[in-house]
Amino acid sequence: MTITGAQAVIKSLEAAGVDVVFGHPGGAILPAYDPMIDSPIRHVLARHEQGAGHMAEGYAQATGRVGVAIVTSGPGATNLVTALTDAHMDSVPVVAITGQVTTSSVGADAFQEADITGITMPVTKHNELVRDPDRIPSAIAEAFHIAATGRPGPVLVDIPKDILNAQTTFTWPDRLGLPGYKPTMRGHSKMVREAAREILTARQPVVYAGGGIIKANAHAELRRLIELVELPVVTTLMARGALPDSHPQHLGMPGMHGHWTAVTALQKADLLIALGSRFDDRVTGNLATFAQRARVIHLDIDPAEIGKNREPDIPIVGDCAIVIGQLVEAIQSLLADSNQRRADLSSWWAQLRAWQSEHPLRVDQSPDGPLKPQTVIRAIGEKLDGNGIVVAGVGQHQMWASQHIRFERPRSWINSGGLGTMGFCVPASIGAKVGRPDETVVAIDGDGSFQMTLQELATARTENVPVIICVINNGSLGMVRQWQELFYNKRFSQVDLPVDIPDLVKLADAYGCVGLRCTRSEDVGSTLEKAFAVGEVPVVVDFRVDTTEKVFPMVPAGASNDDIIESAEEWYAKASAGAKGAAGEPGGASLPESMREGDAV
Amino acid sequence: MSKHTLSVLVENKPGVLARVASLFGRRGFNIDSLAVGPTEVDDISRMTIVVDAAQAPLEQVTKQLNKLVNVLKIVELGHDCAVERELQLVKVTASGVTRSEIIEIAQVFRSKVVDVDVDSLTLEATGSPEKLAAMVRLLEPYGIRELVRSGMIAVGRGSKSITEGRGVRLDRTA
Repeated sequence: MTITGAQAVIKSLEAAGVDVVFGHPGGAILPAYDPMIDSPIRHVLARHEQGAGHMAEGYAQATGRVGVAIVTSGPGATNLVTALTDAHMDSVPVVAITGQVTTSSVGADAFQEADITGITMPVTKHNELVRDPDRIPSAIAEAFHIAATGRPGPVLVDIPKDILNAQTTFTWPDRLGLPGYKPTMRGHSKMVREAAREILTARQPVVYAGGGIIKANAHAELRRLIELVELPVVTTLMARGALPDSHPQHLGMPGMHGHWTAVTALQKADLLIALGSRFDDRVTGNLATFAQRARVIHLDIDPAEIGKNREPDIPIVGDCAIVIGQLVEAIQSLLADSNQRRADLSSWWAQLRAWQSEHPLRVDQSPDGPLKPQTVIRAIGEKLDGNGIVVAGVGQHQMWASQHIRFERPRSWINSGGLGTMGFCVPASIGAKVGRPDETVVAIDGDGSFQMTLQELATARTENVPVIICVINNGSLGMVRQWQELFYNKRFSQVDLPVDIPDLVKLADAYGCVGLRCTRSEDVGSTLEKAFAVGEVPVVVDFRVDTTEKVFPMVPAGASNDDIIESAEEWYAKASAGAKGAAGEPGGASLPESMREGDAV
Repeated sequence: MSKHTLSVLVENKPGVLARVASLFGRRGFNIDSLAVGPTEVDDISRMTIVVDAAQAPLEQVTKQLNKLVNVLKIVELGHDCAVERELQLVKVTASGVTRSEIIEIAQVFRSKVVDVDVDSLTLEATGSPEKLAAMVRLLEPYGIRELVRSGMIAVGRGSKSITEGRGVRLDRTA
C-alpha cells in the first residue's frame, strides 16, 4: 500500500512517540497538514514560528522529551533560527521539520526558498535535506535519536514539497544507520577510581553542578553522592532545582549574578567536582583567576567540553546519572575496604556557614517605598512554595528569579541561559504547560522581553493553556540600563520603554486573557491570589516596579570572581575611590580596572 | 603555530565536505590544503586537511569535528610516520634557449613534461611538499606563469590501516 511522503511524515512522528507538535502551516509544508487532521497528535498553532520554536523548547525542558516544531519554507524556517540556536546553546532536544521548495527548484531562488540546512549547519546538532520519500522514516527516526541522546540538541529535517507529495511505502526502521554517532555513557573505571580518591582526600571540595545533571535525570544520584561525603554544592543557572535549594548542603548559584557564598566557595575550593557543567564565562569570570587553588574533576557527556576552558586533572566522559552512580560505588568501596576515611571537612563547613550568614541576598523594600522587583519575585516564590514551574525571559528579572526563588525539584526552572533570548518566556511557558498541564506554570517576564513574543498570548488563550504571566514592568530594558549606569556613567541610551505602552491590562483583555495590575508592595499578595485563582484562561499581571533597582551581587564581565560586589553602595564606594568622571560625562575609562565593562559581553 | 595533517574519514553524503570545512572556518582556523576522495570502503570518503594551528586549539577543533554525525574517525598523521604526497602542475616560461635547462631541472625532480608551447612548458610532478617547493624555487628564475597544487594526501607508514581498530564502525547499524 503506498502513501504520500506527507503521510509518512505524520506516521513517523507517531511512531517516534510524539503527542504534540508546535507549528505554523505554509505553502511548502502544506501537504503535511492534511494527514495531521486525522492524526492523534495534537498540533498547537503558534502565531510566529519563533514562538513555535520556543514552545518546543519549553515543552522539552519541562518534560525531558523531544520538542517538535513544524514550519514552512523560507521565512517560516528562518524565523525558527533563533529558537534553534537557543536550543543548541542550552542543549535542548528539539526536532524541527521544515518544508522546502520542490527539489528541482532548490538553489534557484524560488518563492519562499531558503537554504535552511546551510543556515542552520552551525547551530544544529545535525540536519538533513531529504531528497527521497523512502528516506523519510529513517531521517525522522535518526533525528529523534540524535536530538535526544548524548548531549541533547536541535536537529532539523528539511523536506521539499515534491517529496511530501511523492508516493512511498512506510517502514519504521528497527536499526539506525549512524556509524559516526556513538556517545560514551559509561565513565572510564580508572578515572572514576581516581576521582573517588580525590574526593575523599580534598579538604575544601565543592560540587559544581550544571545543566547536564538535569538532562541526564541524575538528581537522585547527585544527592546520594553529596550526602555520602557531605559535599557542598552549587547549582548553575541551568541546574537550579537539581538539588533542592532547601538542602542544607546547597550553597546557592554561582556566576556573574550568583549568590556570594557560592561564587566564593568556588574561588577558594581545593577541588572542583564539575558534573554536567561547562565552565561557562558567566560562572568563571576571568579564567586566569578562576578557582586558582583547585584541582578539577570534570564529568561531561560531550568530550569537546573537557579541557575547552579549563584543563581538568581528572577528565571523565560519560552520562551524569551513570557515572555519578559509578562514583558513589567507588567511594563506598574505598570507605569499606581500606583505612581510607574522608578528610575532615568541618573547618571548611564552618567557613561556608560563616560566609552564608555574613553575605545573604539583600532586598531593600520599605513599606511605603516604591515596589521593588525582588519583592514581587520573592512573593511568587513563596506562593509556589517549591511547587510549580517557573519560566523566565532574559534580563534583570531573570537574574532575580534565579536568585530569590526557592527551587526544590529539577525541571521547575526554565530559562534561556546560553543564548539569553529575550522573548523566550511566553512561548516557552506555553510549551511547558502543554507538557505538564497539572503543574502551575508561572512566567516571569520583563517588559522588554515580553514585547518580543507577546503575540503568543493568542495561542495560550485559543489553546486553553492557562499560564500566569507576571511582567516585572520597570519601564526599561533593565539589564542594559544597569550596565549603562555602572559602566557608562549613567549615560542612558535607548533603554526607555514607557510602562503603559502597551497598557498590559488592556492588552491582556484584547487577547481574551485576564489582566491585573499591581503598583504597591502591600497589594502583591492579594494580586497573586487573584492571579492564581483564575485557572481557566491565561493571566497577565502588570507589576509596576522601581526602575532604579539593580541586580547584585555582580562580577563585572571579564573581572575575577574575587572582585564580586554585593550592592550598589559597595559598587559606588569602590568606583569613586578610583573614578574621575561625574554622572553624565562620558564614562568607562574613569573606573578602576576590575570594574570596567571592557570587551567581554 | 605549526602545520598539522588530519585524515578524516567521513560518510560519503551530500554536504559533508561543507560541514567539515565550515567548522574550521567558524573556529578561525586557516586551512592550508584540503583533498578529498574515495577510500577502499564504499560510502566512506577520506579528507586530508593540512591546517596551521597551535596544539591546544587543534585538539579542540578535532573534538568538535568528532561531534559531526557524518564524521567516522580522525587521525593526525605526524610528519615522521606518514608518507605525504602532492601533485603539482607548473607552467613555466620557456624559450628555445631555456627549454633544455628547464627539462634538466625537471629530470632531477623526476618530473614529466605534459605540455609544450612556443614559449612555455608545463611540468607535472608528485612528491612531498618539500620536494615540490624546492622544484618551484629552482624554476622561479625562468618565470612561473601558473602553479596548481592538488593539496596533500597522506597515508601512515607501516601495515596498519586507518580503518582498523577502534573508532570506525563499518557496519551500518548504531
